[in-house]
Parts: sequence; structure tokens; C-alpha cells
Amino acid sequence: MITLYPLKEFKVPVVAECINPDVFKEKNIAEIVQLKIWEGNKKRTLGELFKVEETETAGNQEEMKITLHGDLSKVRYIGASMTSGEIVVKGNVGMHLGEEMKGGKITVYGNAGGWAGSMMKGGIIEIHGNAGDYVGAPYRGKNEGIRGGKIIVYGNVGRETGAHMRKGLIKIYGDAGQFVGFRMHDGLIYVQNKCEANAGACMIDGAIAIGGSIESVLPSFTFEGVKKKFKIEEGEVIETPLYLFLGDLAENGRGKLYVAKAKNPQLSYYEKLI
Amino acid sequence: MELLVKNGFVYDPLNGVNGEKMDIAIKDGKIVEKVNEQRAKIIDASGMVVMPGGVDIHSHIAGGKVNAGRLLRPEDHFKDFERKTTVTRSGVGYSIPSTFTTGYRYARMGWTTVMDPAMPPLEAKHTHEELSDTPIIDKASYPLIGDWWFVLEYLGRGDIEECARHVAWMLKTTKGYAMKLVNPGGLEAWGFGRNVCSLDDQVPNFGVTPREIIRGLCKVNKLLHLPHTIHVHTNNLGVPGNYLTTLETLDCVKDLADEGKPAMHITHCQFSAFKGDDWRTLESGAEEIAKYMNGHSHITMDMGQIVFTDTTTMTADGPFQYTLYTLTGNKWVNHDVETETSSGIVPFQYRPKSYVHAVQWSIGLELALLIEDPWKILMTTDHPNAGPFTAYPTIMTWLMSSKAREETLKKLNPKARSRSLLPSMDRELSFYEIAIVTRAGQAKALGLKDKGHLGVGADADIAIYNLSPETLNPSKDYEAIAEAFRKAAYTIKGGEVVVKDGEVLKHIEGTTIWLNVKTCEPCEIEVDTKMKEQFRKYWTVEYENYPVTEDYLAISHPIPVKADV
Repeated sequence: MITLYPLKEFKVPVVAECINPDVFKEKNIAEIVQLKIWEGNKKRTLGELFKVEETETAGNQEEMKITLHGDLSKVRYIGASMTSGEIVVKGNVGMHLGEEMKGGKITVYGNAGGWAGSMMKGGIIEIHGNAGDYVGAPYRGKNEGIRGGKIIVYGNVGRETGAHMRKGLIKIYGDAGQFVGFRMHDGLIYVQNKCEANAGACMIDGAIAIGGSIESVLPSFTFEGVKKKFKIEEGEVIETPLYLFLGDLAENGRGKLYVAKAKNPQLSYYEKLI
Repeated sequence: MELLVKNGFVYDPLNGVNGEKMDIAIKDGKIVEKVNEQRAKIIDASGMVVMPGGVDIHSHIAGGKVNAGRLLRPEDHFKDFERKTTVTRSGVGYSIPSTFTTGYRYARMGWTTVMDPAMPPLEAKHTHEELSDTPIIDKASYPLIGDWWFVLEYLGRGDIEECARHVAWMLKTTKGYAMKLVNPGGLEAWGFGRNVCSLDDQVPNFGVTPREIIRGLCKVNKLLHLPHTIHVHTNNLGVPGNYLTTLETLDCVKDLADEGKPAMHITHCQFSAFKGDDWRTLESGAEEIAKYMNGHSHITMDMGQIVFTDTTTMTADGPFQYTLYTLTGNKWVNHDVETETSSGIVPFQYRPKSYVHAVQWSIGLELALLIEDPWKILMTTDHPNAGPFTAYPTIMTWLMSSKAREETLKKLNPKARSRSLLPSMDRELSFYEIAIVTRAGQAKALGLKDKGHLGVGADADIAIYNLSPETLNPSKDYEAIAEAFRKAAYTIKGGEVVVKDGEVLKHIEGTTIWLNVKTCEPCEIEVDTKMKEQFRKYWTVEYENYPVTEDYLAISHPIPVKADV
């Protein structure tokens, strides 16, 4: 197991694509310390910015595990494109955490910046604090969002969570900002608490389930009925009645938007349509 | 400054030079008879191919539309960027590169003259600002005239001469080079949510048909003595079964052609050669069009060859772009340019496994190979509509090697492959013919006297490629050929060496070519006063702010033209 401690408080963004179990694998400490890293517009080595320690771990030696301690909110691209192994961050992380990640696991005991799990294809990201905007959303202009894997956020998230999503699962146990599942094609997004407006705007297919209150449902969604429960994944079922809406009809979409009945009395007039 | 290119295998089709070993002498930016060998800088081109600098008759490199495309597609630039060097500026690609990158990338391939084919007159200033910022290459732009209200009005009345005077005014005002017609009549109809589907459909509110527009502007072109013909993007472009419309379009100006001289240029013909009733039954109409072309000499064409990549489609053909948007569900820009034209942009990915795209790929090459005379069919990708211009070397290998075609055919959709005519064709273009379709033919079709050849007096725009026609067999070593065309050993622009071994050595400005059309003086003043009044009525800009003045161009290169009106 490799443990990294920042040697100072970062004032400018640090681009650290090299903090990746695939890169660390089969390298000794001396080689890891020499890995290239950008601090602002200066080229540095990993050893100049971080204290690197190797600790023996019992159990599975095959899987590379990296642990980071301290405030890394300026450090970007941690675990980008990783395919295996594990990263544990005890502190906050910056933008693009696990971008285009294909496998393995990232756990953050703190907050994450924007674009966490952007364009990921597999693996698991768990964030125990809040996450920024564009969780699982693609780079600006791109229309290929996440294609697989799982993102779990125990805190709140910003706007456009799961935009252009193609497959996979995003679970938010806190509140979500506007435009959850914007232009999503498939997959599932679950928001346990409050959700701001425009959920599912321009969605083509897939499902969004909202367990808390929602500001409003877009007029381009049609009311389909009330469902008794909703299964998020194996072993996790919401056992409360939900309104089901279909849309976004502005894009000829067939997406499903589930909204908890109990938390949204303002939507009760739809029941007259049944 | 004197330069001498020694011992190269020279391909100069306009002067009939076919791979002969000879020296090219350059002095003060022009090609001359000879130079003082002691004083001149010598470039040793032994074992290399020497050709005139490449000319591109149709490539969307500047203007409002291209820039809107750049704004629409940050993801296009994301993975393709160029760092600045000591001589070049930084920039981005890929399908809609920034201005500087456009210039450098053309120069690296040995291209030195590029025509931007669609300039809405209202956005002429923007277009020229970008052209002035495009380094190294010489360039020009064609204003979109075919759906301009004044043209429709005068042609509706049958007043060709008055129309000609207005077109002359427009060419001068926008610093344009040729008349561009895009889906004639269709763009005006698109303003009302409609389109025209045949040459004889009426354009709403004007009582004129596409046939009348094409014929009318063809006559105008003759009256004004413009060096290039009318540059036509056909009606029904991109619609299955449109090859019939295209054949009709080709035929409709037959009687207007002077002996042996072309009267019309059909651009990106691949998109206009679809046979079949819908996308499922789509087939190639290349055979029929090639048959017509082989029997007639009043038309020139360019290919609009598809390459399989992620690109951006952008044309003034608003209704066609709407069709593409509904087909792909992709991002879409739709724009109406007041009294002049429309336009649209949709990102597009060509996939070899798609039946339709594979058929389109085949059509482009079938046209190029079935039309016997290379002077009639020129190589383009309609950059960036069918692919970025950086794919030219790949297309050259498809033209030069049936083996290269076979390799790509293997990857195609099986149904499209079985219907393609390409496996039965063994024609392979020689270096001489490649020089025609990429430079000489293009310059001839454009009427550019000083470009596309290496005769005495021509501009010293030269491309030298590190491949020896003696040892290389293009049919087999097509990969080596592509590599050599991708990175010119030398590109000489205006007598200066700007590229060596695919690296840009120097950032120089290219000129902007435009037509200074001289009409009879009294009518010039008359048109001017009349336009002043019309501007109050129709335009959102003031007359005084509209014209592109000469000081707007980085280096102005007017070509004087004496008109008959």
C-alpha cells in the first residue's frame, strides 16, 4: 500500500493523472517519487509535492492500494482512467476524480470537486461528503456520459448530475441541483432527498427516481400513474408510493421519472387524471 | 531572394510536364527561366516529387458558420491541440481547426491556395477577418448569391443585365471571388419552413424556379467574365434519388457553355449522386453521373469524399441540415441570414459499419475513377462536411492504389461492400493525375492564372514530397505515399521555404484574392444609390457599415475583371 501526504498547502491546481494504481503498480518507491506532475504551469515530480510512504499490508497483495491524506481540493484527475486497484482519500479532492475510469474503486472521506466520475465506464466511486457539479457528466460539448459503473454520493451534489448518461448507476443520498439526468439515454439516477427543478430535461430513456421533494416536474413530461415501490438495485428498494412521469416528450423520449408521492403534495392534482 | 529546386521529378500538368527531372528557378516570389546558381539558395530535390502548391477549390475554413461550429464543439478541440513553438502560434483541431492551425496544417501537406466556398455577404467582414488570420496560404471566398432577394427579384423579371450589375456590386462589396449557389431557391423557401424539391418548383413570393436561378446566374457569370464558373451545391442534396436532379442540373446549362469551356462547377458531387427511394434502398448513382460527364465537357466537379471519422457538417443548406439533425438527434445550429441565405451546423460521425455511410464512401471514389478526365473531377472532402482536409493523403492513396481501397472495403458494411462498384475497378491514378486533381485542375477550374503550375511567371508556390516515383510503387506502398503527402519535404510559398520535413519554419501572411469587377461607370453609381435606399428597407445594418474595404484584408490581391454591362 502506498500512502501520500501533501507536503504543503496547494495554492494552484495540481494535475495528478499519475496518482493511479495502474501507474504505481510494479514500480518501487524510488520510481514513484520521480513520476511527473504539474503544479500550475510548473513541471514537478510527485516526490516534490507529496511525502510517499510504502506500508506492508496483510491480505491481498495483488491489488494496488493508494491512500491519500490531507486537503487535496486543488488536486485534479486523481485516478483518471484507472482500471483496477483502489484509492482511498481521507480529505477533499479536486475536479475530474476518476475521469474515464474503467475499473477498481475510489473512496473519498470528504468532498469532491466537479466532474467526479466523468465519462466513467466501470468501477465504483464512493464519496462520503458532497460532490460538485457534473457528477458523471461528460466534458463540455461531448454527448457520451458515463457508460457503466457506479457512483455513490452520501452528501449533496451540484447541477447536471448524470448528464448524457448511457448506462450505470448514480445514487445521491443528499440533495441534488438542477438538471439531474440532463439528456440521459439510459441507466439510473436515484436522489434520496430534495431535487431542484428540470430533472430529466431532454432525457431519451433510462430512469430517475426522486425520494424527496422536487421543485417542479417539466411540462414536457406526461403523467403515467402511481407505482407502489421502486427497485434501485439488488437489495435496495424504495417502499413508498411514487408518481411515474414519462418524457421528455420534447425529444420524443421514453425516460421514466419517479417522484415520491408523500413528499410532493403539490403534485397530487395529477391523481385526478388516473 | 533566389532559389533553385534541383533534380526533382516535376509534375506540372498545366505545362504537360510528366515526371521529368528538371530544375525550377525562383526569383522574387515568381518562377523564372533561370537564376544565378552561385547566388541562389539550392534545394536538393533529387529522388523527390515536385508539384505546384496544392489548391483547394472548396473548403470551409473561415466565417460565421465555421466559428459557430467551433463554439458548438469544444469536444472537437479537446483532444487535438497544438502547442506554440518559436515560430508558430498555438491552436486546436480537429474538424474545425482554429485559423492559425488551419494555415499550418494546409502548409504542412504542401497546400498553398484554399477557397472558402460559403460566405454570407452579411458576414463578409467576419469571414475576411478570419481569412486574414489564416497564415501562409492564399485564400478567397465565394459570396452566397443564389438566394439573395435582389437576384431572385431580377431573375424573376428576367432582367439579366440588372442582375449582373448587382452581382458585380456584391462581389466587390464583399471582396468575393465567385458566385456560390446553395440549393438555389431552397434556402429562401426554408425561411418559410419549406424547401424546393425539383428544378421547376416555385420559390415562395418570388415566382422564380431553381432552373431560372441557375441559368440566370450562369448568364450573369458570362456577362461579368468571372474567372470561375458558378459554384453550385445542387438542389435535393443528401436526399436519396437526387442523382436525377443532379443530372437535370448538369443538363440545364448545356446550351450556355462556350465551346470547350465549363459553365458550371458542381461541388461535393458525392452528396448529389444518391440513387434509391429511401435510406434503406440507397445506392450509388455515380455510374449515371460519370456517364454524363464523360459525354459532356461543360461541367467541372469536386468529389466531397467521405472519410470515416467524427466531423462537423456545415452548409448554407438550412433544410438539409435540419434533415441531418432529425436523423442524428445531435446538436444543431440553424441560422437565417436576413435577405441573403440560411445556414446550419450538425456534428456527424461517419461509420464504416453504417450502410449509408459506406455507400457514400464508395460513391465519391466511384465518381473520381469512373469519370475518365481528371480535369473534370477534383479532390475535396468539402472540409469539414465529409471529413477534415487533413485526410487528403489518405484519399490520395485510395485514388492511387486499388489495394488501399480493398483494405478499407474489408472494414465496410457487408451489404454496402457487395453493392460497391469499386472491387471491379482497377484504375489507379498516376502522380501526374494526382497533380491534376489536387492542384492543376483546381487552379484551372478556378481560372487562377498564376497558381497550380510551374511555368515561367507563375507564383512560386511549390510542394516537394519525399518519394521517388522510380523506386516506389504507389499501388503497393500506399502507406509510404500517404506518409510523404502528410508531411511535405518542403513547402515553398511565394518563393519562401515555409515548411521543411513537415515542420513549419516560418509564419508568413498569405494574400486574399478577390475580383475587382469593373462595370460601366454610370451604372456603377446608379446601383450604389439604389442600394443605399434598399438598405434602409431590408437590412439591419447601415449601408456605410456593410462593405468590406480593402484595408480590411491582411494582404489584398485584387484581380481586375472587365464586365460587359
